Amino acid sequence: MTRKQRRLYFVLLGMLALGAAVALVLTAISDSLVYFYSPTDIVSQRIPEGRRMRVGGLVEADSVKKDGKTVTFKVTDITNALNVTYAGILPDLFREGQGVVVEGRMEKDGLFHAAEVLAKHDENYMPKEVADALKKSGQWNDGKKK
Amino acid sequence: MIAEIGHFALVLALCVALVQAVVPLMGANRGWASWMAVAGPASSLQFLFIAVAFGALTNAYVTSDFSVMNVAQNSHTEKPMLYKVAGVWGNHEGSLLLWITILALFGFAVTLFGRNLPPGLKSRALSVQAMISVGFLAFILLTSNPFARLEPPPMDGNGLNPMLQDPGLAFHPPMLYLGYVGFSMAFSFAIAALLEGRVDAAWARWVRPWTLAAWIFLTGGIILGSWWAYYTLGWGGWWYWDPVENASFMPWLAGTALLHSAVVVEKRDALKSWTILLAIVAFGFSLLGTFLVRSGVLTSVHAFATDPARGVFVLLLLCLAVGGSFTLYAMRAPAMKMGGLFSPISREGALLLNNVLMATGAATVLLGTLYPLIADALNLGKVSVGPPFFNAVFLPLMAPMVVVMAVGPMMAWKRGDLAGVLGRLKFAAAIALGGAMLVWFLQGGSAGPWWTGIGFALALWLGLGTLLDLAERIRLFQAPGEALGRAARLPRSSWGMVLAHLGVAVFIVGLTASSAWTTERIQSQKIGETVTVGGFGITLTGVHEVPGPNYTASRASFDISKDGSVIDVMQPEKRTYRMPPRPTTTAAIRSGLLGDLYVVIGDADPKGGYVTRLYFNPCIPWLWAGGALLVIGGLISLGDRRHRIGAPAQAATRRVAA
Repeated sequence: MTRKQRRLYFVLLGMLALGAAVALVLTAISDSLVYFYSPTDIVSQRIPEGRRMRVGGLVEADSVKKDGKTVTFKVTDITNALNVTYAGILPDLFREGQGVVVEGRMEKDGLFHAAEVLAKHDENYMPKEVADALKKSGQWNDGKKK
Repeated sequence: MIAEIGHFALVLALCVALVQAVVPLMGANRGWASWMAVAGPASSLQFLFIAVAFGALTNAYVTSDFSVMNVAQNSHTEKPMLYKVAGVWGNHEGSLLLWITILALFGFAVTLFGRNLPPGLKSRALSVQAMISVGFLAFILLTSNPFARLEPPPMDGNGLNPMLQDPGLAFHPPMLYLGYVGFSMAFSFAIAALLEGRVDAAWARWVRPWTLAAWIFLTGGIILGSWWAYYTLGWGGWWYWDPVENASFMPWLAGTALLHSAVVVEKRDALKSWTILLAIVAFGFSLLGTFLVRSGVLTSVHAFATDPARGVFVLLLLCLAVGGSFTLYAMRAPAMKMGGLFSPISREGALLLNNVLMATGAATVLLGTLYPLIADALNLGKVSVGPPFFNAVFLPLMAPMVVVMAVGPMMAWKRGDLAGVLGRLKFAAAIALGGAMLVWFLQGGSAGPWWTGIGFALALWLGLGTLLDLAERIRLFQAPGEALGRAARLPRSSWGMVLAHLGVAVFIVGLTASSAWTTERIQSQKIGETVTVGGFGITLTGVHEVPGPNYTASRASFDISKDGSVIDVMQPEKRTYRMPPRPTTTAAIRSGLLGDLYVVIGDADPKGGYVTRLYFNPCIPWLWAGGALLVIGGLISLGDRRHRIGAPAQAATRRVAA
């Protein structure tokens, strides 16, 4: 095998792998991207029911209600609030007034059914999306940032 | 006072690193031996100073010196001693200090073990190593001084995030950093080789053990991290394709590829510029990982102590290091002569295929990890890329690689006999196929996911293929009497390869079974109520308050019964720490060969029960066993005579001296 042939082999192999990767990425990305919205986005835009998405904001004070394994609470960006229902154990750092990201779907009952509730390991830490959402609604207090 | 000594030692280390970055490099370019000789003592001195600084910070933590701001913010007198020591790196500043300490340790190791290195290569590599040091020392001193004082000192500290108060903190970050930073060795040697314009088998022999050592630590660190997340986060999962996880996985992929391509450089003098590129990429990924983890630009469940402003500095270092080395690579790599020729059907060919797939896999993980940043920058909306993307893209790329993994080791170098190898593997193929059908039948056909059969077939194929390869190497079937002796004489690197590949097979079993057949029950359970999960009856018998060293726990007791008789008691806890006042969850796990029973206790329900989360996670221990096999394989391979750095030459000089 000459050098030229080998180079051709390298190039073909690389192209093949890259081609496969591109094909896989293109088929996967449209279905698996999860968009992030603020509660205001959800209220003001028509968001399709049944699509998986993330919503971030603060857990509204006095909104957490537990009934058996089901928990309902409101996620707010101060301007608007979204009713969320979740079945399961909330993360340890889930607290009223703290930042939270919920992932799930809007259902016909008008509630956001969360499949996952993400609160952070670190309580000083505000998810970037939540900070941006709060900034957008003009409620961000810069003094909170270190 | 001791804190000031630590600070001062860091400044001195920076000065030494500056000298080490410039003088030996110039000496190597001009051929001045005395200038080159500066590299060794400088790296020892640099390590000494940084070790002093690290010792000073550790001292501040152990003695709870709250006049040091870092200690006041992250420690507490009540904290157990283990977490006082491990707490040194449980925060931004301290973890960077650990990073730089390990970097200096590796530089020192070159000086210690590298007496037989060609002086030009050694001095250039140590200079490159020092340049990285300069960057990170400047970062620490300018933005993240761990020795900053607090006036007046508080009575007590803020305490360590309770999530981190786990023995995992003592092992996971140092191991991970030993892996990340260990790739700096391959990087420095790669840059030195580019500067010299020469890459040969001797170079590869030097780089392999360092890369292998880094890879062992990184593998161990990732597995430990997954295990820690598994038992501490309380959702029963161990891998989430989270940005922080990906940040450690990308260097692992590049490092694994590098490990394999360096073999080709050493044995066959081929794939040189590709190997150099991988060395640069592996360390580039390590720096990227440091940036992603430290800056918090991506939302992660594992993000601790992040600071976007200081993250920019790491980004700058990353751009300098990667940009500079790629430029150098573009200038110098074309001049590198290609060595041994080989046919695509050969062991080199198989290793190359493995490399291409690994690299492509790493590229897709990179794309998925950074896509949210790209989309945000291009105003495409805020998105997150989660497990569905990675599972759909990465796993299909790895499947053919696993197929090749069984074939490659059985092929000859240079020109292999594919038909012959496949012929020898036909039993493995038959059993893999049979196994896949059995699994399909056992899970009730399409009642389970469609890919379980593929997963088990791949694991069986790889496991049996690897064992068959071992059997052939020791001629188990031809001459069974001599097989044991042959096994003992087999090079350790071959044993390492066999164990590591078996580890991958075992891991695939755990991965497939745990992703496909996990059962989860969430309910409000009253005292005395029984729930059945995975064939076990789980009865909540009571919840009691139990005091801990710096927390109080509400500990639940569950009776575990099988076929009507109680076989075990499991006690998960929900702890509330005093400082900082925060709850954590401690799951109770009962491990078995077939799977884990995983029990989490939640809050009390107003109607008189407790919310409980009960899982049966099949084959989870196989994941840890697979990871352990990878690490053990790596360690055994590291013990190979040919990997012992400069061993033959040193033994020769000793004999002469004697």
